[in-house]
Amino acid sequence: MIKKLVDRLIHCGETIYQLKEETVSLIAFLGDMAAAIWECILHPKRLRWKDFLFYMNNCGPDGLPITIMINALMGVVLAYQAEVQSHKYGADNFLPMVIGCTILRELGPLMVAIVATGRNGSAFAAEIGTMKISEELDALRTMGIRPARFLVVPKMWAMLLMLPLLTVIGDCVGCAGGYLVLSSEIGMPLDVFLRLTRQGVAVKYFFEGILKSFVFAGIITTVGCWRGFRTGNDAIAVGRSTTSAVVISILFIVLADTFLAKMFTVFYGWQG
Amino acid sequence: MDETVSRTAASAAAPAIEVRDLSIGYGDRIVLHDLNFRIEPGQIVTILGGSGCGKSTLLKHIIGLHAPLKGDILINGRSIVHANEEQKRSIMSEFGVAYQGGALFRSLSLAENIALPMEELTTWSRQEIRKRVSEKLALVHLDGYESYMPSDLSGGMIKRAAFARALALDPKLLFFDEPSAGLDPLTSDMLDNVILEIREKTGATIMMVTHELPSIFRVSDRVIMLSAETKSIVDDGSPAWLRDHGATDYVRSFLSRGGTFLSSTTESGAPDGVPAP
Ligand SMILES: Nc1ncnc2c1ncn2[C@@H]1O[C@H](COP(=O)(O)OP(=O)(O)OP(=O)(O)O)[C@@H](O)[C@H]1O
Ligand SMILES: [Mg+2]
Repeated sequence: MIKKLVDRLIHCGETIYQLKEETVSLIAFLGDMAAAIWECILHPKRLRWKDFLFYMNNCGPDGLPITIMINALMGVVLAYQAEVQSHKYGADNFLPMVIGCTILRELGPLMVAIVATGRNGSAFAAEIGTMKISEELDALRTMGIRPARFLVVPKMWAMLLMLPLLTVIGDCVGCAGGYLVLSSEIGMPLDVFLRLTRQGVAVKYFFEGILKSFVFAGIITTVGCWRGFRTGNDAIAVGRSTTSAVVISILFIVLADTFLAKMFTVFYGWQG
Repeated sequence: MDETVSRTAASAAAPAIEVRDLSIGYGDRIVLHDLNFRIEPGQIVTILGGSGCGKSTLLKHIIGLHAPLKGDILINGRSIVHANEEQKRSIMSEFGVAYQGGALFRSLSLAENIALPMEELTTWSRQEIRKRVSEKLALVHLDGYESYMPSDLSGGMIKRAAFARALALDPKLLFFDEPSAGLDPLTSDMLDNVILEIREKTGATIMMVTHELPSIFRVSDRVIMLSAETKSIVDDGSPAWLRDHGATDYVRSFLSRGGTFLSSTTESGAPDGVPAP
């Protein structure tokens, strides 16, 4: 009984200690990354332009089909659920606003970010983790090269550029998906849908979503690369770090989303 | 070998590498403890010892990738243990390293791999870099493979390419971890020639790990023998000296391919710490 309790306590202690270690390593990584990004801003030549283009392609066009599909389906599902409820109250005219606001402010950026976490965040962790095991990171360091500049900065710029673009496209197809449902279920014509959307959805909501997608891009790249650098020394470790990259990214994304949602609401309140 | 050359160089300059009371390991686990040695400029030193005794670990500590548990490491008089990141990068950029597994960048072609240190650390023009890359590749008989990706090369070719990359900037200090393991005798002979040639031309200090006895006798001025049993240095001297007058049976037999060792330890079974007769 007492032994069990002591074991529990020890386990808790170890977990807290690990948590502290991970936090310290994350802060150190953030410092490293900031230094590398700064270095590349001061000396644009030191950015690995080839890698940057590669990751632009990798994060943007390559991810477009799946992003379009998922966002369109989200729009369909959202419109369908909302329509079933609001139809009971005869509130069909509110539907374009509900769909537009939800997609632009929340679902668009969120779904794009989650797809990108699965596609790119995990790949970043796996790539860097594999390089660590094969001593490539050591080789970089002994060449006097900051691994973060080499491996993180091109990914970061590519994601910061591409994720907002994907979000714009995701927003559009999401709303299109919503329109499809409304036109087939309640026969709403396109011009009415567009008019109601314009009336109900402020432009600032669009920018709110885009701003979120910048934050999400930063989170996905940071967490993916950080987990990659934290990979242990065996082959299973790479699998573990990709998993943790995805889980931690999604957690941070949702946390950031919550925080930003609240922040924007307060901000809009001030605006009156 | 070049005994006279290295001796005279030794008295003139500070040691290229100095290790003081060094203890190394991973976490709580000590791999080697209380190491002390100095390597003079221009020496070719082989770290020898059984598999898993910590040769690669020692090398990685000396090149500053891991922090030691205790002690200090000086590279050309500068401590790599107490250096900050910036100083470390500057010390590191002065040497070339060929890792045990090659550690070529898989996303870059062979030529790009070798060009990388030149692009990053020098101001050489494109032409100059291309010329030097071909030179280095020709040195290890890999000319014609410039555009190959590391995944399309054999293990031995990767080793040679890693060797060539370590030479990219003609560093004065070179570390090779088993450069010739898995190579055919003629190719490893060729690497030995290259090593001797480099020392001749640039007076570089070379520290390597290898198990190839012929190549040890051919190129090494000095062998530092490690033991997993005592977790420390068991002997230190020229290869011929260790073979004939090594401190223990283990050392002598290691350098003569186990001949005396296998016959003398069949009864005792203790591979290490066997007192010299
Ligand atoms: N990253 C690591 N974490 C923990 N222990 C390690 C690590 N790398 C090596 N070791 C341990 O340290 C010891 C020395 O390993 P090292 O790779 O230095 O041996 P070695 O002498 O180079 O062997 P080999 O001749 O097979 O290359 C081994 O017992 C190994 O288990
Ligand atoms: Mg080794």
